[in-house]
Amino acid sequence: MRRLLRDSGHLIRPAAVLLAGLALFLVIRSALVPKAFGQYGHYRPGALQTIREHPIAFAGHEQCALCHEDEAKTKASGKHAGVACEACHGPLAQHAADPVANVPKLPVVADLCRRCHEKDAAKPTNFPQVVTAEHSGGMACNDCHKPHTPHI
Amino acid sequence: MDISRRDLFKVGGKILVLASVGATLEQIVGAEPAPDAYKMADHWWGMIVDIDKCIGCGNCVRACSKENNVPDGYFRTWVERYVVEEGKQPQVESPNGAMNGFPPLKREDVKSFFVPKLCNHCADSPCVQVCPVGATFVSPDGVVLVDPTYCLGCRYCVQACPYGCRYLKPSTDTVDKCTLCYHRITQGLTTACCENCPTGARQLVDFKNPKDPVHEFLRHNKVEVLKPYMATQAKVYYKDLDGSVR
Amino acid sequence: MIPGVDGFMYPNEVELQWSLLIVLYPYITGLVAGAFILASLERVFKVEAVRPTYRLALLTALAFLLVAPLPLQLHLGHPERSFEMYLTPHSSSAMAMFGFVYLWYLTVVLLLEIWLEFRADIVRLSQTTKGLQRLMYRVLTLGSDNVSPAARRIDDKVGYIVTVIGIPSAFLLHGYVGFIFGSIKANPWWSSPLMPIVFLFSAMVSGIAAVLLLYVASMKIKKMAIDMRCLDTIAKYLFYVFLVDFSLEMLDLVHRTYEADESFRSLDFMVHTRLWGSHVILQIVIGTLGPLAILAATQLWRFSEARRKMLYVTVCCLTEVGIFAMRWNVVIGGQLFSKSFLGYTTYKVAFAAREGLLPAIGLMILPFVIFVVLIKVLPPWKAGETA
Repeated sequence: MRRLLRDSGHLIRPAAVLLAGLALFLVIRSALVPKAFGQYGHYRPGALQTIREHPIAFAGHEQCALCHEDEAKTKASGKHAGVACEACHGPLAQHAADPVANVPKLPVVADLCRRCHEKDAAKPTNFPQVVTAEHSGGMACNDCHKPHTPHI
Repeated sequence: MDISRRDLFKVGGKILVLASVGATLEQIVGAEPAPDAYKMADHWWGMIVDIDKCIGCGNCVRACSKENNVPDGYFRTWVERYVVEEGKQPQVESPNGAMNGFPPLKREDVKSFFVPKLCNHCADSPCVQVCPVGATFVSPDGVVLVDPTYCLGCRYCVQACPYGCRYLKPSTDTVDKCTLCYHRITQGLTTACCENCPTGARQLVDFKNPKDPVHEFLRHNKVEVLKPYMATQAKVYYKDLDGSVR
Repeated sequence: MIPGVDGFMYPNEVELQWSLLIVLYPYITGLVAGAFILASLERVFKVEAVRPTYRLALLTALAFLLVAPLPLQLHLGHPERSFEMYLTPHSSSAMAMFGFVYLWYLTVVLLLEIWLEFRADIVRLSQTTKGLQRLMYRVLTLGSDNVSPAARRIDDKVGYIVTVIGIPSAFLLHGYVGFIFGSIKANPWWSSPLMPIVFLFSAMVSGIAAVLLLYVASMKIKKMAIDMRCLDTIAKYLFYVFLVDFSLEMLDLVHRTYEADESFRSLDFMVHTRLWGSHVILQIVIGTLGPLAILAATQLWRFSEARRKMLYVTVCCLTEVGIFAMRWNVVIGGQLFSKSFLGYTTYKVAFAAREGLLPAIGLMILPFVIFVVLIKVLPPWKAGETA
């Protein structure tokens, strides 16, 4: 028995190195695992908060209606009732936050109307669409159609 | 020294009053911040898409790009146009993800339609399954998200997604994708794409809300998810999706 | 029209995510696994004829294993976060296994086995060298200089056990890479239960071929005699393993062609166009059929010693090219077609970028540099042995 120990004693050394390494790993690991990791699932719960704090660019049509009641009412009675304000006017959360400092530019009408209403065979047939080049004889869309109540 | 009963009551009373005032102050000043009004457990988010309403205007793509600072050339959502001719492979295109809409299609003799696509926020997500460190996950309210401070950028999840909705964001070298506008929906707003869709083809839904129109929608319409055989439990339901859609 | 794209691809699919470096990684771990299996042939399966290559095979495995994590680190968006795989490994992810399997294999299998095998030499060198070298060898002895015959017998027994554990460990080290690809249901080019097995057998082929080449090269450089019996035996095992590897790959091909499911049309077109050169010409014809034919010839007919040497070296070079092509076809091929089955993209290898050709070449040269250092520190041949 003693002879066996003497002849195999050197094996303790690599074993010791491995165990020391393992212990070091466990110590480092316990210091570095993010707080509360695994609280809801295998992820860092703080990520939810980080993602929620992303700034908002589009205020949402309900926000617009708070100040622009008239336009909202006009639009609600027309064909564009389901079209959100920012769908044409672009992201306006900054304007809603500080209306005086952030005055938005009015959109360029022609490109805007064309995006939805240019005739395309893939669009649903009951959707109002025209070949804009042949439709107005060179006139701008809003010469005849008011964007908030477009139906003539 | 002798303490009379009266003295004891006087001192004891003062101590008692001081203690209760202190405790009340502590409750007010040292109180926890007001609890979050949004409870994750009350929501299970998804989306419904009506193919017959989509006009391929690309508003959703532009809105998403602006709301979420999506890098050029990558897409959190996009629209595809299908041209399906009898006996042939469908012709599909998505010019720059439909960021500027589509060049008009003249052919009237074939079936053609638009298909908006986005992350399906799968309940049994293969992308979450393969993430080696837990950087992508399904939130308790059903949204598949990426933790940008934890992602290694190994792109295993990009390979595992059957729908091609993930990409590596060059500015952060981490994986990015549609977050269902988590920062908006947790504040009572709808997603940027749904807000800006002019025809209501896209609608955010909350399966846990008994009053949500999704329940009627699913009961009364023929609906399908993309690649149902992948069994990812996708939560974006398409109404009137043609069988040729890939 | 997007340059390089034919047909339709999902917009985010156009750019390949896993590059040349991800082709390199399974190639390198394959060489590790294969070299180790060759070493175990002698140690565990008592194929005494390949004994001359035993130590060489171990050092080859170590040289490549040390380089293996490097292509991955270069590929990661955030290599500084890679330790997260040790902190919070996701148990459902095959990739999360990497850190642990790698460490296990490096320490408990390879380093331990090398230490046990070379211990007598290390102790001797710690007593006969001077200065810095002496210090290095003293550290390597881990403080023990017991090299009595009884101790060496125990070393031998323990080494045997370590090799026995090492064989499934080597399978795991490389097999899990096959599983990383094989378990992706989204990708029909990858998704297959055969994938880990095909990877493993092609790894064994490449590893055995690598050891043969390094053995021949080392003997030539040191002007020592090549043991032909050893070489013939290695070639024989190479032939057998290659036959199995080829059969598995053909099985996959025939099965796909026969079933012809939806993905088949798209994949078939891809192989006939974008992958024609790398798959049919390089991998199958030059990399597999060629070596198999030559090896079969050496088994069937007698060739002179010089000719056999030349044929084996040719076979092994072709094999390495073929197996590299196989990794390329799996990794790159799997990303060239759209998951809509309606289109294809192109992969342009950058040159001096982080994931380009230049770093890839560097990473392939590095193991040989390490190998040269290793054989200087731990000479695999007996002291005083020359031609």
